[in-house]
Amino acid sequence: MELREMLLLMFTAIFIENIIFSKFLGTCPFLGVSEKPVTALGMGLSVTFVITVSSAATWLVYHLILVPLGLEFLKTVAFILIIASSVQLIEMFLKRYVPALYQSLGIYLPLITTNCAVLGVALLNVQNEYSFIKSVVYGFSSAVGFMMAILIFAGVRERLKFARPPKPFRGLPIALISAGLIVLAFMGFSGINLG
Amino acid sequence: MEKILLALVSFVIMGGVLGIMLSVFGKLLEVKSDPVAEKITELLPGANCGGCGYSGCAALADAIAKGKAKYDTCPVSSKEVINEIGVITGDVAPGDKNGQERPMRFRAQVMCSGTHELTKKKYLYEGLKDCNAAMRLAGGQKMCPNGCIGLGSCVQACKFDAIHIINGVAAVDYEKCHACGMCAAACPKQIIRLIPYDAKYWIGCMSADKGAMTRTYCDVGCIGCKQCEKVCPSGAIKVENFHASIDYSLCIGCGECEKVCPRKIIWSNVSQRSEGIVRASADLTPDKDMTSGGNVEK
Repeated sequence: MELREMLLLMFTAIFIENIIFSKFLGTCPFLGVSEKPVTALGMGLSVTFVITVSSAATWLVYHLILVPLGLEFLKTVAFILIIASSVQLIEMFLKRYVPALYQSLGIYLPLITTNCAVLGVALLNVQNEYSFIKSVVYGFSSAVGFMMAILIFAGVRERLKFARPPKPFRGLPIALISAGLIVLAFMGFSGINLG
Repeated sequence: MEKILLALVSFVIMGGVLGIMLSVFGKLLEVKSDPVAEKITELLPGANCGGCGYSGCAALADAIAKGKAKYDTCPVSSKEVINEIGVITGDVAPGDKNGQERPMRFRAQVMCSGTHELTKKKYLYEGLKDCNAAMRLAGGQKMCPNGCIGLGSCVQACKFDAIHIINGVAAVDYEKCHACGMCAAACPKQIIRLIPYDAKYWIGCMSADKGAMTRTYCDVGCIGCKQCEKVCPSGAIKVENFHASIDYSLCIGCGECEKVCPRKIIWSNVSQRSEGIVRASADLTPDKDMTSGGNVEK
């Protein structure tokens, strides 16, 4: 797969088909962890790692085990198994070697397990029939798109803290409205087709 | 039928492999938790105020367990709690009820009495409701360079709900205050001080401008006339930088300073003098909407 194709795929995954702003997957951590840019960054990095690793692992399991055995219809179950185990592994690794990050992410790591973004990317890889390298690149770029989205939103939310919208809107409602406005902005990418 | 069997078997095998892998790595990557640190964490108040200088109660407990911090580092815990921590670390004998005598109780005091009505403003501020933000615009809305900006950075910093903005000035609730010092650290004007809880008199101003100047922008600010300094029998009150301040190690609480102050800027616990108040109490409502009030020309 040539470089040009890879770059176009990355651009598509990050901007045109942004996992949060276009596909609306993974909005739970997007709204839950975006209070401070620092924690948002930590969350973004761990999601990136999880999605990349699970893209690779799920592709391998799908093409090496499920397809030869004719069990493609069980991909959802198999993928959840793989994703849950890899997140557990990552959690153990972080707890031992990067305890500071483990402390700040705390409960969010298990949340990534059931995060539809991770499963969604894995299933999309299958649906689009990507090769191994393409799957990993697509997974990685989708996660980078997620990280970009959560960082942007963390910045917006920091500013929102000092704004004074009407009382019923304070907190989550105005955050959701702001997210919707950002989605509107990203719709500007929707017509672009990069082959 | 075969398909179902095949699916069952392959998934059992896959689950088994993953399970074994996880338990193996679980043993390899095990982190031994420190039971001592856990015990200490339970004893500490758990407010995570940061007054000890560590990032939270768990962090302090860890440091105490490792011997990096002294057992009585927490400024907010009661004497009994400190004693119990001391017993764990071995600094205090188990039966010793008194142990280390706790230093006297402190409270935070905002050294400004400039409410909206009493002060002149440079401009009308309409911006982010944050003292640090207002500070960037020529030091905040009030003309006095040492005046409380009144937008609540200290309120944000306090974990004990002990400080509020009333009439445009921050005021401390003495009962709730645990003297952790986070509000003092947060104040960009640096006008919050920790003074003894029992302090009978305190000066509600830190204006470093000459008296004539101070009069032009504040109705009550200290003008540094030194009347208090002259009558103080113990030499506790001194005028430096054109405002008075009290050294509480020398103050005997006689109240002579309060009697002679022409600006009435010396507040007191004894005479309960606190009009136009800057001291939070049950009957006063904090500013609900911390917009900058008052008008520019007074």
